[in-house]
This record gives sequence, structure tokens and C-alpha cells, in this order.
Amino acid sequence: MLTINVNGSDRSVDVDPETPLLWVLRDAVGLTGTKYGCGMALCGACTVHLDGQPVRSCVTPVGSIGAAKITTIEGLSPDRSHPVQKAWIELDVPQCGYCQSGQIMSATALLAQTPKPTDADIDTAMSGNICRCGTYQRIRAAIHRAAEIAGEKP
Amino acid sequence: MSAATGAVTRRTVLKAGAAGAGLVLAIHLTGCQKPGAASGERKLIATNAWLRIGTDNSITFLCDRSEMGQGVYTALPTILAEELGVDPRRIAIEFAPVGDAYKNGAIGAQVTGGSTSVRDAWQKLRVAGAQAREMLKSAAAREWDTTASACRVENGEIISPYGKRLSYGAVAEAAAALPVPKDIGLKEAKSFQWIGKALTRFDTPAKVDGSAIFGIDVKLPGMLYAALAQPPMLGGKAKTIDDAAAKAMPGVRQVVATGSGVAVVADSWWQARKARDALKIEWDGAATTALNDGAILRGLRLSSEKSAGLVARKEGDADAALKAATRVVRAEYQLPLLAHATMEPQVCTADVRADGCDIYVPTQSQAAAQAAAATAAGLKPEQVDVHTTFLGGGFGRRIDVDFIPAAVEASKAVGKPVKLLWTREDDITHDKYRPPAYDTVAAGFDRDGKLVAWKLHLTGPSITARVFPGAVPAGAVDPFAVEAAANYPYDVPNILVDWVPHEIGLDVGYWRSVSHALNCFVAESFMDELALAARQEPAEFRRALLAKQTRHLEVLEVALRRSGYDKPAEGRSRGVAVMEGYGTYMAQVAEISIEGGKVKVHKIVCALDCGQTVNPGIVTAQVESSIVFGLSAALWGEINVQGGRVQQSNFHDYRLVRMGEMPVIETHRIESDAAPGGIGEPATALVAPAVCNAIYAATKQRLRSLPIARHNLA
Repeated sequence: MLTINVNGSDRSVDVDPETPLLWVLRDAVGLTGTKYGCGMALCGACTVHLDGQPVRSCVTPVGSIGAAKITTIEGLSPDRSHPVQKAWIELDVPQCGYCQSGQIMSATALLAQTPKPTDADIDTAMSGNICRCGTYQRIRAAIHRAAEIAGEKP
Repeated sequence: MSAATGAVTRRTVLKAGAAGAGLVLAIHLTGCQKPGAASGERKLIATNAWLRIGTDNSITFLCDRSEMGQGVYTALPTILAEELGVDPRRIAIEFAPVGDAYKNGAIGAQVTGGSTSVRDAWQKLRVAGAQAREMLKSAAAREWDTTASACRVENGEIISPYGKRLSYGAVAEAAAALPVPKDIGLKEAKSFQWIGKALTRFDTPAKVDGSAIFGIDVKLPGMLYAALAQPPMLGGKAKTIDDAAAKAMPGVRQVVATGSGVAVVADSWWQARKARDALKIEWDGAATTALNDGAILRGLRLSSEKSAGLVARKEGDADAALKAATRVVRAEYQLPLLAHATMEPQVCTADVRADGCDIYVPTQSQAAAQAAAATAAGLKPEQVDVHTTFLGGGFGRRIDVDFIPAAVEASKAVGKPVKLLWTREDDITHDKYRPPAYDTVAAGFDRDGKLVAWKLHLTGPSITARVFPGAVPAGAVDPFAVEAAANYPYDVPNILVDWVPHEIGLDVGYWRSVSHALNCFVAESFMDELALAARQEPAEFRRALLAKQTRHLEVLEVALRRSGYDKPAEGRSRGVAVMEGYGTYMAQVAEISIEGGKVKVHKIVCALDCGQTVNPGIVTAQVESSIVFGLSAALWGEINVQGGRVQQSNFHDYRLVRMGEMPVIETHRIESDAAPGGIGEPATALVAPAVCNAIYAATKQRLRSLPIARHNLA
């Protein structure tokens, strides 16, 4: 038995410590918002935060996590109120939507580090996330918009 | 159940509430109910195949096209709602089961593809909405002892001449018993309340919080997980299977030899996947040992040379005109195999029981999925219920149902529900690939420099003959092989477009924009070659030959003007392409520079006329999406085959456009009241010719094969 902290709750999981975090989240914890795309950290669909840092959960053995706090798309906000989620809705970013959990987790990590990112910052932070529907132009606009929304907060 | 976990209980269907209604994914219809059956206290009234009105005044649309990003989940209920007289945002949406009523009239089967969803729904969903509205009005009029024509509707209510109101739900049961009215006039475009407005997509909220249920997210009670060992070579078969080591691994329940490979069934997918790699399988790959890129190209070229081809378009006498021409220009073009690479790899969850089977699957082809599952389960098709999930991309890949039988066979063998998921490597190496092509093209000018002959000789395999057996009779042209070729728009007196069907020894499939992407590259690249031969500027050359094609001409003019085509910035070059496809007229201008022997695409300006639009925001999104799809293919896309084995396997060697490589895309839509055109695909096809024409402008290098990465640019 391993205990991991997911979205603020400790969860005990009975899995091999070598199991990638992605499959623990999806199949053992039951949080399927985080997606499988490549299994090789090439596409970013599986991006979650470990203590606020974006990681590719498909290549992160669950046994390596220790006490780090895991945040998944489901833990970003209880009501789609995170500035990134608001901006994504406002600009109608998703198409098929499959990669968007990973896109949003990469974008939120970027904005936490860099509240007013430049286009070059966005290129760097987001180039690990593939969108086969090609929503990149809207993702870029939505990251800028999310920065504005976050700045409007009291 | 909790929407956050994404679990669905056995035999349920997916349902999303209207945007703004709070919880977006909700579930109902437990037990054995079909959509439309009574559900607890409320009754759902089946007003027609697409519409369920509840006695609680709920309104549910059965969406008979698959949502794969293209926006049917928003556009189709909007079309119905316009005539029904209800704000589309309050309509709940479920994906429809298999049914004759849900056949796509443009295809003749229950298929989402061919950029047909809005075009097919445009008339029938408006009629369905209008019929339901009139029946509801008639039922209310009876209550009030007045006439239906004296009543009006307003967002789900019928209002009497004296201002009394009844909800649709209150009269739905009485309305359903009334005869279906005929010959109802439909609204004119100027009075549309919802159609033509950029409503935000109804599926967006569920796609920003992880709650949207894709095929990979299906969870059933007692469900097991499977990974599939497929032959490493196309068409291979397992000769011997040693599963001793795999069976000894943790969590493994059973190893099942299926028709498409060896399935390992385990308590979790990761356990199944690890155990799959411990299988020792001897494969028989004799069928495709000789299959490789060189052999495929040689075969295509040989067929091209020895056969006249089946005529797709003939005007005048192109051969005679070429003989008589003062100047003839000839070229040959070739295109590689491509993979679809949907972000969600192929997946199917099957629950086979003695008396029936349910499959939960991201499919573009519900009836074919049902038939495939029935065959694999040894059941009749009507014993199989197909539950369509959201699709993590489609692009034509999920018109094929090859990934379904193994899940069904595995579930049948273990007697439990099984979710069988392919790895990315499985997906890239076992696709139904976009066909390659070898095409020759010739054109002739007369002594006055007028273009008098155009002869395009296409060679490639038929997708349709494989996917829809019998649909392409011997000697007939596969219409999905000659798109953007048979409808050559330029004013030339002698035109011959023909096509040589040539099978290549592997399965080919429909890939976004299908043969438009093959043929537009050839036709529009060669138009630039002809402009050069005629010593004319490429856009000017096209403009003169499109004088009779007002819709082509208009999109060309808009694209040229909006891109500032005539005055590229220092160090930038531009190329143009024009096409009609799916009833949509389009022109693109690509702006590029050459940096270190490689092309950088800075901007693509697209002008289009897609007729009446249902949702202009989604139209723009589809243009952007299609352009990125076409750009990945143009720059890097190729699948190579050696010894029957596909050489690419994952995103490191099947490269796709990423954020840092993304050009600016500008979409300029021309307002039009013509019939709706398709928009999910056409923009894909113009990218390669527009970019390659810009490369010629920059380098004087004419690229007659793709991908661009194969060429050194200077």
C-alpha cells in the first residue's frame, strides 16, 4: 500500500511502486480527467502538478512521489472558476478536448511561475503539449486572457 | 455516481446537460431502458427520432453524429432548436443509438464523416423541429379550444391568443399522439434566432474540468482492462503463443487469442500492458515481407504507366489538344502514406453476456461498430447496444471498426466487461493509413499562350472499396479518390481527369479531407508551374481562369487582399491555393521564410464561403484546426514501411505541429445564404500547395513530393 496526496486528500493505493502515476490516478483513484497519449512524455496529455510543478504522469513512477502534493485537472477548482478554466470557456478553446486537461495543467503551472507570460514564454512552456485538433492559437490567446482574469482579482 | 470520477454505470448512456445548468455530465437511463422509455416519475415523450420531451419539461436531443471536436454537439441541437422554438442552451444532449432514422443521408449509413453533419441535418432537423412545434401547438390549442395557428411559441412554451401559457412538457404526451404535419414552411434566414450566432460550444465546460467521458474513461462495475499484442508486421498472424510468463504476472486474469492479436486481461491496464510485453509470440509475417515504400511506389508508377484510368471528368479532347499544343508542360507528383494519430488511441469497452452485448466506444460509425461487435460476440446485430462516447479525435480513423472485435472477444472469454486500449505504438503501427499517390499531370498552351488542355492522371488505392464493400463497382470511379480533381475549376476547354485504382497491399482509410489533400496538392502546385510557364504571376494567372467561377474568385480576392499578397515583408514569400470541397469555397495564402535550409510558416490567411453557417465560431475553429492538421502533414508527415513493418511508432518520429511552430491563422468568412457547405475538412487540403508555392517563390525549388522535410531548401 502506498499513500499519495491527490487534490488535497490522502489516498491509499495498492499498486506496484513502478506503476506510472497516470494509471494510478485513472484506474486506482478513479480520476480520469488526466489522459494517456503517448506513454513517453512526448505529448503532455498526462500533465499533472507535483507540488505545483508540471510533470508527465505517464513516466512518473508512483513510488517516486513520496509526500509531494499531486494536483490533477479535477483538483484545479471545484467549479471551473480557475482563471485558466474561465479563459478556456470564454475563448471556446477545446475541440475534441482530449488533450485539454494536459494543456490546462501546463498553462496553470506557467501562470503560477510567470503571471504575465510573453508569447515566447508560452512557446517554451506549452511546446510539450500536442493538440491534434490544432487549438494552439486559442490556447495562446486564452493564456493571455487568463493572465488578465487573474490580474483582475482583488 | 460522481461526474468527477467519470464513472458510468452498466448500461447507461452519456448525457450532458445544457451549458450553464451546473453539472454538465449527468447520467440516467439505468436498467434496460432505451432512450425514450419511461424513466422513473417523469415520462419522456418521443416526439420524433431526435427529440424527447419530458413531462418535467426537459428537452433532450439525441445527437446522431459523433462529437470528435468538429462541433456537432453544439451545431445540431441549434438547428433543431431554431424551429422547435427553444433556446438550444437548455436542451440536454445524448448520443443516439444505432437506428435507421439516424442514417446520414449524404453517405447512406450512420456515419460521421465527409464534412456532412450540418449539410445532412440542415433540412431534416429543421423539419423535425418544426413538426414537433406544430404538434405541441395543436395539443395546446385543443386544451384551450382554439386553433394551432392562433397560438405561438416562446422558449419551450405555447402561448394562446389570450396570453395563456402551457409548457411543452405539459402537452408533450397529447402532442405525440397527433398526426405528424406535412409541408410546414421553415423560417427564412433573416428571422433566425440561434442559427448563425456564435454560441459557445455546449461541450466546453465538461472539457475544461476533466469530466467529459471519452472512450478511454468508460468504467463499468467489475470491469477488467486489456492490452493487445498485435503483429509487428501488417497482416501478420500469431503462429505460437507462450503466455506462461505473462500469466504469472500480478493482476493478470487471462490471455485471449483474438482475431487481431493476443489480449492480456488484467485488473488494471498497466498490469495488462506489462504482461503483454512478457508474451512470447512467434508471428507469421509472410504475407507482407515484401511490402516496403519502394515496392509501393514502383507498383503505383507501373499502374499509372500501363493504364488509361477510369474517367472522372472529360470535356473536349485533352489528348488531342495536348498533341496540337504549341507548348506542353508535364510533371509527376507523389504523396506518402500518413497516420491519423488521434490523441486518444483506439479503445473499446465491451460487456458481452449470453443474451446481448453493450459496447462503449468512440466511433464515427455506429452501425458498423454494432455489426463488428455482433460478429465477434456471435450475436445478432440487434442484440448489441452501441453507446457512443466523446471521441478524442476522429479525422476518419474511427470510421473503421478494427479495434472493436478484440475487446468483444476478450469480454466474451472472461465473462466480464473489458476495456481494451491500444498503446500509442499500437495506434501508429496499426492505422488505416491515408493512401499514397502517384500522379502525372500535363497541360498545353496554344500559340496565343492560352491554356487549352489539362490532363490529370491519378493512381492510388480505393478507400471506399475496402470500407464499404460493393460501393464501388468494378470499372467505376471511387468518388473519394478524385476530389479536388474532377471539379477542377479553371476555364480550360479540354479537360481529362482519370484515376487508376491500384491496391498497395495494406489497408488505407479516410483521412481528414481524404483525396482533396492529395489532389489539391497536385492541381494547385501544377497551376503555379503553369503560371511560371506562361510568365504570369500565380494569383493573376488563376484569376483570369476563374472569371466564370464567382465563388472561387471571391474567396481568392479576399485572401489576396487580406494577406497583403502583393507586398510580402522583407525576407518573406507567399504562395496561394484555391479549392472547392464539400460545397465550401476556399483560398489560402501562406507566408513563409527559409531559415537554415528549412521552411518557417509565419502566417496562413484563409478566405472561405461555406454558405449559410450554423455557428460561425465553430467554422473559424474548424478552419484553424484543419490548417494545423494539413501543416503537420505537409512539413513532416510520412509513414514508411519496410518488410511489412511500419517504421514510425510515436510522436518522436511521427512529428506534429507544436505551439512554437504554430503560424498565425487568419480566417475570413464571406457571408452567404447559399446552402451550407462542409467545414470540418476542406482547409486541410490547401495548406501543402499554398506552402509549397511560397517555397517556390522563395527558392525556385518546386516540391513535387511531400513531406517538405524530405527536401533541402536553400
